[in-house]
Amino acid sequence: MSDQLKLVVDRIKCDGRGLCAELLPELIRLDDWGYPIVDSGNVPKHLLPLAQRAVEDCPVLAVTLRRAEVKR
Amino acid sequence: MPDTLLWYTTRGAGAVTLILLSSVVVLGILSALRVQTARWPRFLTTGLHRNLALMTLVFLALHIVTAVVDPFTHLGWAAALIPFSSYYRTLWLGLGVISFELLLAIAVTSLLRGYLGHNTWRAIHWLTYAAWPVGVIHGLGTGTDTWSAWMLAITAACVAAVGVAIILRLTTGSTDPLASARATFRTAVDRREVR
Ligand code: SF4
Repeated sequence: MSDQLKLVVDRIKCDGRGLCAELLPELIRLDDWGYPIVDSGNVPKHLLPLAQRAVEDCPVLAVTLRRAEVKR
Repeated sequence: MPDTLLWYTTRGAGAVTLILLSSVVVLGILSALRVQTARWPRFLTTGLHRNLALMTLVFLALHIVTAVVDPFTHLGWAAALIPFSSYYRTLWLGLGVISFELLLAIAVTSLLRGYLGHNTWRAIHWLTYAAWPVGVIHGLGTGTDTWSAWMLAITAACVAAVGVAIILRLTTGSTDPLASARATFRTAVDRREVR
């Protein structure tokens, strides 16, 4: 088991509001149309509270935190 | 004099609730409009919207509890929870109860948004457009202070602020630069699902 978390954006739900990128510029930047490009790595511990807030604040609930899959 | 203290608290908390609730409504509309400036990121609007909404509930609770507990009013808890069950200003108080219960539903579903999903949450959140005016009418109808200059000024300012925000929302088109492309995409996807 791993307690590493990754940020995932559901591209169908996402409305390109860019709120997540305002909250978490460290991991999320916006493309030219305002849609998020998410860092594919694990979320560092110190950014977890902000990542959580991005999940809660996305107006259309498109951001989720998923447990990273571990290769065995 | 504790009785008059309760009575003043009821009235004061009612006025504060009106101010807070109206600011929450305005902030909510502003965040739907994606208003932002370089110094005011949108998460500030969302965060303020949420925190002021929770504060509104606190003052609303104070408003209701002090009114019920006040021995002078003899309202009883039923009058505070069941619309139009109060002997006292039945209609006006009943409107207050309805507004309160709508707001409670809106707040609770917002806290559970992650479980309910976006569409259900949004449908219930639209009830704000019923809860707010019903609350304002409750205040106008039952308020002891309605016609005092300060309360009139507060009510007028709140109605004006929310009114302007609603007009802005109605007159502003989608602020999503890809709105039309996405709409086309969605109809295309819908068509495929129907087939
Ligand atoms: S906050 Fe949500 S809707 Fe907005 S860009 Fe991020 S994922 Fe998309």
